Amino acid sequence: MMKKRWQRRHLVEAFVKGLMIVSFLVVAGCLGAILWTILVNGFPALTWDMVTQIPQGGFYLGKGGGVLNAILGSLYLAGGGTLLAMIFSLPIALYLQTYLGDSDWGRYVRLSLDVLWGIPTIVYGVFGFTIMLAIGLRASLLAGIVVLALVELPIMVRAMDEVICRMPVDLEQAALALGSTKLEVAVRIVIRQMLPGIITAILLAFGRGIGDAAAVLFTAGYTDRIPTSLMQPTASLPLAVFFQLGTPYPIVQQRGYASALILTIIVLIISVGSRLISARLNKYTVK
Amino acid sequence: MNRQIQLDIKKTRLEAEGRQRRPSVVARNQRNQFARRTFFIVTLLPMILIAAVTIILVVRSWPILSTYSPKDLFLGSTWRPDQGLFGFWPYIVGTFWVTIVGVLLAVPPCLLTALYLSEYSHSFTRSIAKPILDLLAAIPPVVYGVWGLLAIVPFVEDVLAPLSRRWLSFIPIFAVNQPTGFSILAGGIVLAVMIAPLIIAVVYEILRTVPEELRHASLAVGATQWQTIRQVVIPRVVPGMVAAIVLAASRALGETMAVLMVVGNVAQVPASVFDAGYPLPALIANNYGDMMSIPLYDAALLCAALILLILILTFNILSTLVLQRMLGKNWA
Repeated sequence: MMKKRWQRRHLVEAFVKGLMIVSFLVVAGCLGAILWTILVNGFPALTWDMVTQIPQGGFYLGKGGGVLNAILGSLYLAGGGTLLAMIFSLPIALYLQTYLGDSDWGRYVRLSLDVLWGIPTIVYGVFGFTIMLAIGLRASLLAGIVVLALVELPIMVRAMDEVICRMPVDLEQAALALGSTKLEVAVRIVIRQMLPGIITAILLAFGRGIGDAAAVLFTAGYTDRIPTSLMQPTASLPLAVFFQLGTPYPIVQQRGYASALILTIIVLIISVGSRLISARLNKYTVK
Repeated sequence: MNRQIQLDIKKTRLEAEGRQRRPSVVARNQRNQFARRTFFIVTLLPMILIAAVTIILVVRSWPILSTYSPKDLFLGSTWRPDQGLFGFWPYIVGTFWVTIVGVLLAVPPCLLTALYLSEYSHSFTRSIAKPILDLLAAIPPVVYGVWGLLAIVPFVEDVLAPLSRRWLSFIPIFAVNQPTGFSILAGGIVLAVMIAPLIIAVVYEILRTVPEELRHASLAVGATQWQTIRQVVIPRVVPGMVAAIVLAASRALGETMAVLMVVGNVAQVPASVFDAGYPLPALIANNYGDMMSIPLYDAALLCAALILLILILTFNILSTLVLQRMLGKNWA
């Protein structure tokens, strides 16, 4: 048995592998560092009042109250935006897969969606605000929802597209062979079979929507009250964080950190929740 | 007539059995055609949207584009809207500085991580890595901003700046000219972490497209794994890696909130990574909405958005075309 000779290339191998593991740990460590920083700074100021009360007079000078207006506002905004985006993205995703497949036209649509995904949200915000000025709409929940729907649309369609592409071909062909129209295949077979992935896609888009500040900065406005109609301005958590950090008072900044913690927790719940939901729903699909 | 009666009888029988009458083939086909047309129209929406955004930004920034020469506008370095001076140069330079620093910091560890996950790691490590990257991608920009404010800015101020002052200050781009940590470097670090999940995910997908047989052949003739990667795997994926990096750069260019919170927002042409900068998205976010009284200010900010949009569209389309070719349609 020949003894393994340690050559230079084996040293390089070990060195590079070590470097890769270190890189991976650095990336993972960043996640840990972010969560740790937010938790340590946000937790002390996270009181029950923070999540159950709206800001009271002098809130931004350090008086009492909470950010319920922003929490609910964000949920309204992201919820409405997701719903609106869903109405458009489900047909697009189904059309891409069942009617277009791999055709050239399908490639162009996918390219356009990828390009839309890349447009920064601040540009959507500015675009939305310009349109609002033109039609005489003030900063409102409605405007915020529409702009967030624009932001979420490409994310949702591409994520749905990706799961629907994994649709088993034989299942689809079996349905077609029995005489189903393409629409029936799309609605009755594809949606049912791919439901876990579709829900994951929707929640992914919701998570993006709720965390985005630049799109709602001009379009949804900011207010200390909870909106009761679509035409009223509304607060949102990212902007609550931003504005509270902008004040010179440490106590208010502390609350900003706590608001960031609340936002992080919501996003984590969505992210982990979507994983659990899709794992659970996966039991009901044809393997 | 006879047929009508037959149908009626059939219908009554079906209802008696508690079943619904099936729609006829004609009706189903009509429904299918109707859906096809409706879906087609909805599918035009993304393209219409891209066109609408571009056209509206061009139209609304036309007043300033037609008043000033491109040279004054894009290369002018004085930004005094109240005196009618709109020079975008500091903002354009600031944008590129932050993006380049972010990308340079992100690329080496991300490529190594993607290589590790694709070539070396056990499936168990991969199953841990996926949720980590998903979470990293899910964290909202403003939370990254808070992290930058609490961790990165002090880190730059207390650790990196003194180190640089001691060892690197003879190199102009590492000179420390200001006392705070609010700097291009802080913005770049935050951006690097933000774009990391994207780069890793795309590069990983590209590496998966290299046929396993090629690796086996290389390993079978005695190459180490790193030799295989360097001489067999990487040459096949270089265009895709470049595209992934360009794509990440386009995301970084448009990032607003997180960068805005840590980069200092001083309208100057930065000379060093420790200088403060003022990227275009931050300019828009800080000023748009309350600029109505100054003439052309509105058009100037929309022009800033237009510059940003054009830069990003170019980067984005190029990288997407390369990636679509390499990965087929499902690369995202």
